[in-house]
Amino acid sequence: MNHMLIMPILVPAVVGALLVMAARYDKVLARAFSLASAVLLLGVAIALFVIASDDSVRTYALGAWPAPFGIVLVLDRLAALMLLLNAVLGLGVLLYAVGGWDMRGKHFHPLFQFQLMGINGAFLTGDFFNLFVFFEILLIASYGLMVHGGGGLRVKAGVQYVVTNLVGSSVFLIAVGLIYSVTGTLNMADLALKVPQVPAGDQALLQTGAVLLLLVFAVKAALVPLHFWLPGTYANAPGPVAALFAIMTKVGAYSIIRMYVLAFGADAGEAAWLAAPWLLPASLVTLVLGMTGVLAARSLGQMASFAVIGSMGMLLATVSVFTQQAIGAALYYLVHSTFAAGALFLIADLVAERRGVQRDRFVLAPRFAQGGLITAMFFVAAIGVTGMPPLSGFIGKLLILDGVRDSAHAAWFWTLILSTSLIAIVGFSRGGSLVFWKSHALPPAPASGHRPAAAPFVAVGALLACLVALTVFAGPAHAWLEGAAVQLFAPAGYIEAVMGTLQEVR
Amino acid sequence: MEFLVASAIGVMTAAGIYLVLRARTFPVVIGLSLLTYATNLFLFATGRLAVNQPPVIGATAGAYVDPLPQALVLTAIVISFGMTAVVVVMALRAYLETGNDHVDLPGDASPEASEDDWKLRGRKQAPVSPPAAGSGGEWA
Repeated sequence: MNHMLIMPILVPAVVGALLVMAARYDKVLARAFSLASAVLLLGVAIALFVIASDDSVRTYALGAWPAPFGIVLVLDRLAALMLLLNAVLGLGVLLYAVGGWDMRGKHFHPLFQFQLMGINGAFLTGDFFNLFVFFEILLIASYGLMVHGGGGLRVKAGVQYVVTNLVGSSVFLIAVGLIYSVTGTLNMADLALKVPQVPAGDQALLQTGAVLLLLVFAVKAALVPLHFWLPGTYANAPGPVAALFAIMTKVGAYSIIRMYVLAFGADAGEAAWLAAPWLLPASLVTLVLGMTGVLAARSLGQMASFAVIGSMGMLLATVSVFTQQAIGAALYYLVHSTFAAGALFLIADLVAERRGVQRDRFVLAPRFAQGGLITAMFFVAAIGVTGMPPLSGFIGKLLILDGVRDSAHAAWFWTLILSTSLIAIVGFSRGGSLVFWKSHALPPAPASGHRPAAAPFVAVGALLACLVALTVFAGPAHAWLEGAAVQLFAPAGYIEAVMGTLQEVR
Repeated sequence: MEFLVASAIGVMTAAGIYLVLRARTFPVVIGLSLLTYATNLFLFATGRLAVNQPPVIGATAGAYVDPLPQALVLTAIVISFGMTAVVVVMALRAYLETGNDHVDLPGDASPEASEDDWKLRGRKQAPVSPPAAGSGGEWA
C-alpha cells in the first residue's frame, strides 16, 4: 500500500484542525499554515498525477479492511486529474483570499482546508456511502465559507443553499439505501459486479435508486431543472469562495462520470447506460439556459454564474454520449472551464471591490484603480469562457464537436453548441463594454492613495496562465486525458485492483 | 408491520416536502427534520424488517439481521443532527440581519416579506440583540 494516497485527505484535515485550535487569533500564522498546506497539497497532487500516469489503478484500504467490507481509496487517472485540478485552483484562490478576504470573518482558513479535504476525499473514495460522507464534509465547509463576511443578503442566499443541499443529502441517502437493498454492497467496484446479477424483479428498485443518485449529482452539477440554487449562491458568495465553488459543480460531474461508466456502464445488463437518456436532454437545456442567462445577467458575478451553468451543460451533454472519445474531450473541457470560471469570479470580485456602491453591476461608474490590468485580465478570461480562439476553450469546443460526431444526436449538439457560443460572446461583449469600456470614458474616481495588495493579481494571473499552458500543451494534455478515458472504459482494471485487496490483505 | 413502516415513511416524507416548500424558514426547518427522519427510517428498513434476530452470523443462529444499515443510519443521524443545527443558526441570523424570516431573496417579488419586516415596521427588536461584530462565530 502506498501511503501517499491518503495524503490529500490527511494534510488538510490535520492543518484544518491545527488552525482551529492554535492559529485562531494569529493572522500571520493562519495564513502561513494555510498556504503551506495548499503548497504541500499541490506537491502531493503532482506526485500522485505522475504515479497515476502509468495506467495502473492503485488502492488504499483504510484500516487494512479488504475491499467490499472496508472503505478503499482508489487512485486512477481520473481521480489524479481531479486532485491536481483541485490543488491548483485551491492554491490560486487561497492566494487571492490572503489579499484581505480571509480576515472579513472568522475561521476562513480552517473552513477552506476542510473544504479541500472534502473535495479530495470525494475524488479518491471508492465507496459510495463514503462519497456521501465526503459530500457532507465539503458541504458543511461550504456553508461556512458561503456566508463568510456576513451581510443580510448573503446569509439569506446561504439559507437557500443549505436547504437545497440538505434535501439533496436526504435523496442521496434514499438512493444509497435503495441500491444497497438490492445489491447488498456499498463498494463501487463490487457494485459494478453485482448490478448485472440483479434479478428482473428488483430492477425497478435498482434503477429508481440509480436515477435518484443521478438527481443528487445533477443538483451538485447545477443541471436544469435543478440549477436554481446556483446563481443566487455564487453571485452572493464572497468572490474567492465563488471561485473555489467552480470545482464543486465538477464534483457532481466527476461523480456522474465515475458511477455511470463504472457501475451502470456497458456491462450492467438491463441497467446499461442508465444515465444517458436523462442526461442528454437535461444538459442540452442547461447549455441553452446558461448561455441565455449570460445575456440576461445584470452583474459580472451573475454573468459568471450563468457561464458556469452553461459550461456544465456543455460538459455533461458531452458526457451523456458515453463514448471514450467524447469523455476524453469532456475532461479537457472540464479542466479548462474550471480555471476559466475561477478566474472570472476573481476578476468580478476585483471589479466589485474597486467600484464602490455600483459593485459589479452593469451600470456606468467612474473609472477605477488598476482598470487597465483588470480589463486585460477580463478580456483573456472572457475569451476562455466563451471558447474563442486562441485559448483552450476553443480547443475544448473543437474536441467536443469532434467527439460527438458519431452520436445519433450530433445535429442537436452542433447547432446548440455553436449558437450558444454566439449568444455567450454577445453577452460577454455587452457586459465587458459596459463595465470596462464605457466607464473608461468617465473621469476617474479620486485615488484612494493606498497600494493594492499584489497577491490577488498574482492569483488571477496564475489561473489565466493555467489556461495558456493548457492551450500550449493541448496535445500532450489531451493525450493524457484520452488515457484517462481509455482507463474508464476498461472497468475490469479498476474492479480487479479494488477487489484484489481481499487477497492482498490475507 | 410492513404497512406500518411504509406508511410512516410515506406520511413523513409527504409532510416534510410540503413544509420544505413553505415560504418561511421555521416550517422549512421542521420539514427538513421530518425528511431526515423519514430517510433514516427508510435506511433502517433497507436491511429488511426482521424481529428478534441477532445482528451477527453465529454458529447457532438460524437467521440474522443485516447490521450495516444500522451503522449507516447512525452516520446519517449524526450528520442530519449537525446540519439541522447549522440551518437553524443560519435562519436565525438571516432573520436578524434582513428583518424577516422569508426564504426568498429580497426583491424576488414577495410583498409579504416586506410586510412582515420588523425593521421596516419600526417595531422594537425581540430580546435577542444582534451580536456585536466579530462575536458571531463563522456567521459574523
